[in-house]
Amino acid sequence: MNYHRTLKSAVAALAVAVPLGLSPLAGGIANAQDAVNLRMTIWSANEAHLKLFNDIAAGFKKDHPNVAVTYESLPFETYTTALTTQIAGGNAPDMAWIFETAAYDFVNSGALFPLTDTLKATKGYNAEELSATAAERWTKDGKLYAYPFSTSPFAMFVNNDIIKAAGAKTPAEMIAAGQWTWENAIATASAVGKVPGKGGLIVRDFNYQTWQNLASVWNGWGASPWSADGKTCTMAEKPMVDALTFIHQAAFKNKAMPGPGESVDFFAGNAAMTITQISRASLLPKDKPFAWDLVPLPKGPAGDYALIGQAGVGVMQAGKNAKTAAEFVAYMTNPENSAKLSQFFPSARKSLLNAEVLKKTNPLLSQEQIDKVVISGIATGKVIPGHTGFAQIQQAVRSGLDAVWRPEANIPAALQQICGQIGPLLKR
Amino acid sequence: MAVVPQTARPEGRSSSSFWTVARRDSLAGFLFIAPQLIGITLFVLIPLCLVFWYSLHEWNVLANTFSYTGATNYQMLLEDPNLPSVLGATAVFSAGLVIFNLSLALLLAVLLNQKLAGITIFRTLFFSPVVVSLVAWTIVWGFLLQKNGGINGVLLVFGIEGPNWLREPVTAMISVIVVQVFKNVGLNMILFLAALQGVPNELYEAARIDGAPRFKQFRRITLPLISPTILLTSIITIVGSLQVFAQIAVLTQGGPGLTTTVLVYYLYQQAFQFHFFGYGSTLSIMLFAIVVVLTFAQWQMRKRIVFYES
Repeated sequence: MNYHRTLKSAVAALAVAVPLGLSPLAGGIANAQDAVNLRMTIWSANEAHLKLFNDIAAGFKKDHPNVAVTYESLPFETYTTALTTQIAGGNAPDMAWIFETAAYDFVNSGALFPLTDTLKATKGYNAEELSATAAERWTKDGKLYAYPFSTSPFAMFVNNDIIKAAGAKTPAEMIAAGQWTWENAIATASAVGKVPGKGGLIVRDFNYQTWQNLASVWNGWGASPWSADGKTCTMAEKPMVDALTFIHQAAFKNKAMPGPGESVDFFAGNAAMTITQISRASLLPKDKPFAWDLVPLPKGPAGDYALIGQAGVGVMQAGKNAKTAAEFVAYMTNPENSAKLSQFFPSARKSLLNAEVLKKTNPLLSQEQIDKVVISGIATGKVIPGHTGFAQIQQAVRSGLDAVWRPEANIPAALQQICGQIGPLLKR
Repeated sequence: MAVVPQTARPEGRSSSSFWTVARRDSLAGFLFIAPQLIGITLFVLIPLCLVFWYSLHEWNVLANTFSYTGATNYQMLLEDPNLPSVLGATAVFSAGLVIFNLSLALLLAVLLNQKLAGITIFRTLFFSPVVVSLVAWTIVWGFLLQKNGGINGVLLVFGIEGPNWLREPVTAMISVIVVQVFKNVGLNMILFLAALQGVPNELYEAARIDGAPRFKQFRRITLPLISPTILLTSIITIVGSLQVFAQIAVLTQGGPGLTTTVLVYYLYQQAFQFHFFGYGSTLSIMLFAIVVVLTFAQWQMRKRIVFYES
């Protein structure tokens, strides 16, 4: 009897308490609707970057006091995987940085909220000054789906100290003599690479896996992994065979590039040259500095060329506050904030692509370096290769190129096989 | 006195007749195992059903589409040109791991099953990798196995030019197996050690009196008596070998080519890198089926190989 009475009392108490308890909760939900919390996933955890982003968020809050923006740093190496896992788990961020290689996937899938209308409606935004070349990969049917906030050229950092110690010609000397070609660059790299414990030329982050970074070399041969419309594999064509044969000889014959599984750090002063984006200037050592230089990429058989890497910021359709998030992206990338961002992430806005602005934001670079490397690179550079379904294509090519990165490789046969693998993927 | 409340409160009587001692015991039993049951339901059974459900769909995460495709993913499984290589790599890895791990664990256990001063230090030493973070362990080995890494540095002292461990198809597979064995061999070693210490000394004494050599003692006495532990460790090791992921992701990323792309890593690539969650789920179902079949087969074999089962 006591048991039943207790049970009945408990049910009655719950019947009264639940509606009562829910009413303040419901009030809380109503209030929370006014407050908007936006989350942006990024791949940087750099303190200086985060400070700038937080300052921009604080500036936005002045006009939108109910909006709070937080940044979530995800690991660079697994960024896109982590982002898509969040989306799959129903926890999509409101805004996300997107790699240039993944741009086609995000733009074409409909995952992103179109930004064009919001940007045009933002006072003083001046959307027209964004270079069309820079916006190409992020645009579909005339609408911009992610803003390319970083357009960073690849260039060659040089350690003049160890090049001179090896008795080789420095790139600056070769540029002055009109001899800055890949043949001569590799000769210098080879001279340094043969010194025990030193490395010649490092294509940074390539590691015989991130093969798309080799575009910084093979573009000099006019090579490309696929046709301009992205439908046909061109890896087995002569320019690519020649370019990869050149790289193969540099790594396996001339000791001009560290081979697979060998690690040498340029910024620790152990290599002659490295190809990377100019933002990596921040890695130059301050304690034991060496005489460094920054030069454009050498001339290849197909002539002069440049390569740029990009990063875009987009608004996720799946987010609950897509419109407010688009407004924040418009604020973050307005002319004033773009100028602030360009100290870390070179802007594709024409008004910011001048020596005066770039000198202020890149104090480590000389006027000549800014003119020849940064401005010229952004203006003329091709974007690093990308494609819809890039992760799968990247993996197939990486796997196929493992046959190239062997001393006795049959390069044309290996490339033919890669085309057989990725051909159907390109046509999707 | 006892009859009065029964006639006065018939409801109470019917209630107490329902809660018999057996039913109360059952309820108590269920309540005790409820936390475990809830955990298994939430984190094993429901996800397993969901994975099967996903395997019948094409799920495009970016486009936010989820469409029923029936057996299409299973058809893809049969036609996947990479799958034979992946299953081959998985089989080689599992076989290599089980043979090397169990042999080394048993050898170490026999060596460490001695009453010598300081033997505990060696036992601790060999067990310590088990408690080290897997990723940290693998990253350190990654440095050691580089072309110009620590292992080749040591070999060079003896005038031997070591291979490019993680870049050659054969050495890459050997490397990931060895790294995994060194990481976990301590656990099996401890299990074998406990089993060895449970073998009665009188049996060895009798064998010695009969003039049996040491190897024969090991084969005829030790192995049969520790056979339940051999079965246990082999099941644990085989199931564990089919779940290897971090070592592959850190050391080889499945390369060179597909030589170290084992099933779990391939599944991860399909689902999380290529965004084919439906096909990734189909691969999970296949992996689950393989684990179930292997475990069942081992369990059935116990009557032949395990001493106390015969």
